[in-house]
Amino acid sequence: MSSDSPREQLSELVASFMSYSAGHLPDDVKLRLAQMKEIENEGFAPDIYNVMEKNMELADSLKRPSCQDTGIPQFFARVGSKWPYMDIIEDALIDAVKEATAKAPLRPNAVEVFDEKNTGNNIGTHSPWIDWEIVKDSDELELYFYMAGGGCSLPGFSKVLMPLEGYEGIAKAVFEQMTTYGVNACPPCLIGIGIAGSSEVAAKLSKKALLRQVGSHNPNPKAAEMEKLLEDGLNSIGLGPGGFGGKLSVMGVNIEQASRHPATLAMGLSTACWAHRRAGIRIKPDFTYDFFTHKGAVL
Amino acid sequence: MSTFEFKTPVSDQDIKKVHIGDVIYLTGDIVTGRDDVHHRVVISGKEPPVDLKGKAIFHAGPIMKKISAEGEPDKYKVISVGPTTSMRMEKAQADFLKKTGVKIIIGKGGMGPKTTQGCVENCAIHTIFPGGCAVVAAEEVTECEGVEWLDLGMPEAMWKLNCNRFGPLIVSIDSYGNNLIENNKTEFNDRREKALEDLKGKLSFME
Repeated sequence: MSSDSPREQLSELVASFMSYSAGHLPDDVKLRLAQMKEIENEGFAPDIYNVMEKNMELADSLKRPSCQDTGIPQFFARVGSKWPYMDIIEDALIDAVKEATAKAPLRPNAVEVFDEKNTGNNIGTHSPWIDWEIVKDSDELELYFYMAGGGCSLPGFSKVLMPLEGYEGIAKAVFEQMTTYGVNACPPCLIGIGIAGSSEVAAKLSKKALLRQVGSHNPNPKAAEMEKLLEDGLNSIGLGPGGFGGKLSVMGVNIEQASRHPATLAMGLSTACWAHRRAGIRIKPDFTYDFFTHKGAVL
Repeated sequence: MSTFEFKTPVSDQDIKKVHIGDVIYLTGDIVTGRDDVHHRVVISGKEPPVDLKGKAIFHAGPIMKKISAEGEPDKYKVISVGPTTSMRMEKAQADFLKKTGVKIIIGKGGMGPKTTQGCVENCAIHTIFPGGCAVVAAEEVTECEGVEWLDLGMPEAMWKLNCNRFGPLIVSIDSYGNNLIENNKTEFNDRREKALEDLKGKLSFME
């Protein structure tokens, strides 16, 4: 048994988890990239995929962050109502960010707005950003860590459509953004779309959509159909890796929804670059864990 | 499509040899500079603290590690250094080329008409290093020779890097006014219109 306090145990575990995920893509992303590499056999695409593959191998063997942009640290916490250490989570996550920034090392990205100064350790006003959800009848802490890089955050937006623009209006806005901003966002991207009644809910759902596995489907059959139609439609544009052109454009399209207002059809878009560093871990009250996005990883 | 090996300082003659779609491996001096460096040099009008003539400017904000001991002169090692989105520098890039004599821009994604014109007028090119491949790039840096403007923070400072066969650098804007990614975008836009046309009637969930 460790003699460390729960706060120390949690922050050490999360710091290791962050450092590991900076250098290793999740299993589902690696699998999809390998599948796409097989299909992309013309033009610049094979060379780009080869460099991508070499980069993943080097990041692993040298224990380095695979991309220099380790993002603004974001946590999505799903806290069991019976998790015993409610009070320490926030402090432990802040400690973990400091430690991982120094040790991984991660790039210091937190720039204080108005002061326009980089804080140097990724800690700042609302940084790390923590999103909270309570899960009833659970004693576990489920934590997603997401490195939101600058390049793949640039295409992000949300807006409120008038309902008569319909779901086709959403498709049009996404396709237009992906053929302009998306080309620069390190394609093939995973596309996260949120649909709701107001812009901030749609925006948040679009980011949560990126936490879902590549290749997973929305449980609503119509939403799943829209995911498939948009994925096929975007792939027919053929952005290819890096925007150099190819047979495919995206790793997938994930849609999340909340009820809308009768008079609004709000949409949000978030994109994840091919180096989609999303990591998920389930932690029990004794600090044993299941690092479920990276099977077999040892922290 | 040809492959070239260049060394800095890069000459106008070198630049005139290459066209969009060619690949370059560059040996010599590469200096990082992104949003804040372009702002300082072009918008605030400050003199860059590094002579960039004939060199490459790399749109990148690296992860650097200090390896010198306490009391010794600062020495840094590159941990991870990949390209950032070049389009963010579009507003200032052409003036930056004119002011500094930079010959090669390295970044990711395309740049727009102002930069294309700037490359023609200053005999320069824009090239793309594969995005997200920051450890591959770091391994092609032989030494960090120093840093300027570190007050801007680690990602925004000017890191002076000595590189060996840095690449692949795919030429996306040449000195003849050709722009590979803009050409691609025209094609993407045509296909997008067709894709949206094909979706018509398939997303009619409202009755």
